[in-house]
Order: sequence, then C-alpha cells, then structure tokens
Amino acid sequence: MTLERLRLEHVPPPYEVYAALFRDVSNSEFLHAQLLSRNSDFEYAFVDASSVISRLHLLSAVYNALTVLVDGTLRTPNVHSEIVVSFNTNNNIADAYRRWGITPGKTKDLVVVKVVPSTTAQDSSATPTPTPTPIQTQTQTQEAIWAHLTEHIQGTPAPLTDDELSRVTDWPKVRKYYRLNGVPALERLADEGERRKQSERLAIMGMALRGL
Amino acid sequence: MAAADAQFPPPKVLTYPASAPPSLVTQGAEGRLYKTTHLLPDRPCALKYRPPKPYRHPVLDARLTKARISSEAKVLEKCWREGVPVPAVYAMDPAAGWMMMEWIDGIPVRAAINEWLGERPAELEERPVEVDDTPLVDLMKRIGTAVGALHRTGVVHGDLTTSNMMLRPRESGGQANGCNGDDGKAKALEGDVVLIDFGLATQSMSDEDRAVDLYVLERAFASTHPRAERLFGTVLGSYKDTFKKAASVLVKLEDVRMRGRKRSMLG
Ligand SMILES: Nc1ncnc2c1ncn2[C@@H]1O[C@H](COP(=O)(O)OP(=O)(O)OP(=O)(O)O)[C@@H](O)[C@H]1O
Ligand SMILES: [Mg+2]
Repeated sequence: MTLERLRLEHVPPPYEVYAALFRDVSNSEFLHAQLLSRNSDFEYAFVDASSVISRLHLLSAVYNALTVLVDGTLRTPNVHSEIVVSFNTNNNIADAYRRWGITPGKTKDLVVVKVVPSTTAQDSSATPTPTPTPIQTQTQTQEAIWAHLTEHIQGTPAPLTDDELSRVTDWPKVRKYYRLNGVPALERLADEGERRKQSERLAIMGMALRGL
Repeated sequence: MAAADAQFPPPKVLTYPASAPPSLVTQGAEGRLYKTTHLLPDRPCALKYRPPKPYRHPVLDARLTKARISSEAKVLEKCWREGVPVPAVYAMDPAAGWMMMEWIDGIPVRAAINEWLGERPAELEERPVEVDDTPLVDLMKRIGTAVGALHRTGVVHGDLTTSNMMLRPRESGGQANGCNGDDGKAKALEGDVVLIDFGLATQSMSDEDRAVDLYVLERAFASTHPRAERLFGTVLGSYKDTFKKAASVLVKLEDVRMRGRKRSMLG
C-alpha cells in the first residue's frame, strides 16, 4: 500500500492526513465528474501532480488548509477543496481548481490527499481543540481509503517521494503560477538544484501570503 | 516561560502537537518570538506572535495586528525575491497574530561584534584600521551591502540596529575565507548578514527615509559598539557601492545628523 499517513507539525489532534501518488491516470474524466456531482464518497483533494514541486510544497498546502479549517474560515466547501486552493497565491478559486485541481482529459499524474477525523484524538496532551467538523460521517481507516482509491483510480500507485514528484513537475507551468521568471534571487543561482530549492521556497512563501 | 505565560498564553497553533516543544526566544513589548518547527521536525522556524492587547478595542486590535503581520510578511517576500538577505516566510495566520519564518542560525550581529571587541587587548584600539580590524571591517562591508540591497528594493527597515541583523555562519565545507593561524576569534565575525525584524518596515523610495535608516544604524553603533563606531564609514562605503542612488541619501544623512545634534543640544 502506498497510501501514506502524513505527519505534520502543529496539526490539531482531531485530524489525520493521508496521501498517495498515482502515475499515468487514465480516468481523470470520471474522477472530475465525481467532484462536480459532489459525490460524498469522493471527498478527496485531487491535485494535478505536474503542478507540484515537492513533498514540502504539498505539505505546505495541506498545512495552510488545515489552519484555515481550524480557524473556521474556509473559503471553499471543505478542507479538500481548500487544499487545492491553498496552492494558489491569490484568491481566485476557479483559477486554483484549473491550475492545481484535476483537469478532465489532461491530468495524468495525480496526488490524492484525504483528511479524516482522527480515531486516536484522545492521545493528545494538547489543550482542547475545536470539535472536528464531520468531514465524513463514518471514520475511515487507512485500508478503507486505499481500497476505495485503488478501486476507482485507474493509474499506477507510486511512492510519494521528492524523486517521483520531480519527474512529473512541469516547471514552465509552475514558474508561471508562482511568478518565478525574472526573479533576481533565483537568476543569480548557477546551480540548477539550488535554483529548484529556492523556487520551492518562493512558492511556499507565495502560498503563505495568498491574497495579500 | 511560566511567568510569561501568565501574562498571555501562547498562540493556539503552538498548543498543537509537535516533535519538540516550542522555545521562547524573546519577549518584546510588542510580541514574542518562538523557535519551533514548520511541517517537519527537521525544519526549524521562527514564529512571531503578536498577542491581543487587552487595553485596545478588540475589533481595532484585531485589525491592527492583522495589518502589521501582513505588512511584515509582504515586505519580507519582496525583499527575498529581490535577493536581499532576509528570512523566507513559511506560513502565517494574520488574524491569529502569528507568522512562521525561516529560522536563521547564528547570533545577532550585535552580540558577535561585542564578543569580538570584548576579547581584544585594548592597546590594539590605537592602531590603524588596516592593520588590526580586517574581520570587523569585512563585517561592516557586508552590513553596508545588505542595507544597500534593502534600500535598492524600495524598502526602509524602520528599526535598523545590530540586534536586528543576524550573522549566519556559512555552510561548513565552504572555502576557508582568509583563515590563518589563530582564526578562532576572526571566525566570530564570519558569516552572512541577514536582516530581520521588519515589524516597522515600510515601502519607501525617499532619500529622507533611507537616510533616517542609516542614521539610526549609526547611532546604534555609537551607543552599543563605541569602539567600532569609527568604522561606520566602511558601512557607508559599501552601501554606496551596492546602491546606485546612495549619493543623494548620504547628502540627506548630513541633514539628519545635523538635526540629531541640534535636538540633543536642546536636550
Ligand atoms: N528568523 C529568525 N531566526 C532566528 N532568530 C530570530 C529570527 N527572527 C528573530 N530572531 C531572534 O529573535 C529576536 C527578536 O526578533 P524580532 O527582532 O523580529 O522581534 P521584536 O524586536 O520583538 O519585534 P518588533 O520590534 O517587531 O516588536 C531577534 O533579535 C533574534 O535574536
Ligand atoms: Mg527586534
């Protein structure tokens, strides 16, 4: 099983985050249709992996969405759509779905993120946190999520590593989304690896400042 | 930290589970700075928190806090893009009054200079600049370069002191930058100057505002490192080399100094 539980720092205990990567997905139309029809079995963040730079980039979007969820200031229907819009640097929601969401007939590589109310929230030593919004009525186990994903996503599961992600990143696109062209701080870097590292940094910064 | 906590609690975000408890670095009048982590246990960050002010109207207070955090983050992003050495912004919740940014290793320039000056035999003080002060002169140059880059991007800092600059050690394994024999002390002044604390920064292209930044820095040198003050010209020299429009700022600096002197004469 390549569904990974993501452990992030400073995430309120009632939430667990799972994520997976699928390569060569052939049924993006079907998956997109489930989102459009608000099929409640498909409460996932479907993220086009070609718009993702790295794990850290992905984790930032998840973390920012959780922050908004806990604040009670979601701008979109739920935490999953919020993850998608968290990648954006502005508040144009339609734009964010187009850029980071699943595009029917186009999305080939897909990152899936699922946030669920925790089954082990009681082990937290932290101060009381707001009661979790019922993201889904029944608590899903990792196995159940994975079974559901593999049943409906026609694609090849792949480990969610930086290496795997970097193979599918569409840099010209990402550079445009994050306004990375002509940035003095990047242009003076000769080393390609270093330039990518700093591009990731700038993307994360743009997301943190969304809409400002 | 217990006493500080009694005054006001940490931001909610820091009460959620993490691999290590946050540590309080400073407690200023305006807020607190914690060292904690962003996303991953091995990704340290500085979290700046501006707590609610009980004496201010809550609606007004929330609006002011949000505006200040947002403005600080915006300035940091602008500087970072332009290649000014500042911490990158990682995450923020302006309404909740916090911002996470890149953790800068090292110590404030103020501490580094004092350490270095403090350890030197006093007799060296009388000798000419070129002979004994190379590491300090180099640092002054790096300070001037950083400030020049800052002003070039159209930002004035607003509180430019040696406490608001960090000296970040260069990644080890790099070239031994002019190291010789007893380099232990000289090493104390090595590293990159990183500007921090943009809580009072504004976007401005005015010579006057820029000159005030330089004046504040000059006064800070005079009061905290009097033995280094005579090297302030070096800061201005590299400022001029970095920033094309420096000449008119330096002219303005004369005015600002004059006003400063008059003011102090009047008491
Ligand atoms: N990004 C950072 N990385 C490491 N240390 C930092 C960072 N930012 C701040 N510090 C440390 O914390 C101290 C206080 O930070 P800062 O100057 O930003 O806060 P402040 O003076 O309380 O803010 P303000 O003046 O806006 O109220 C600094 O002097 C420095 O030692
Ligand atoms: Mg300060």
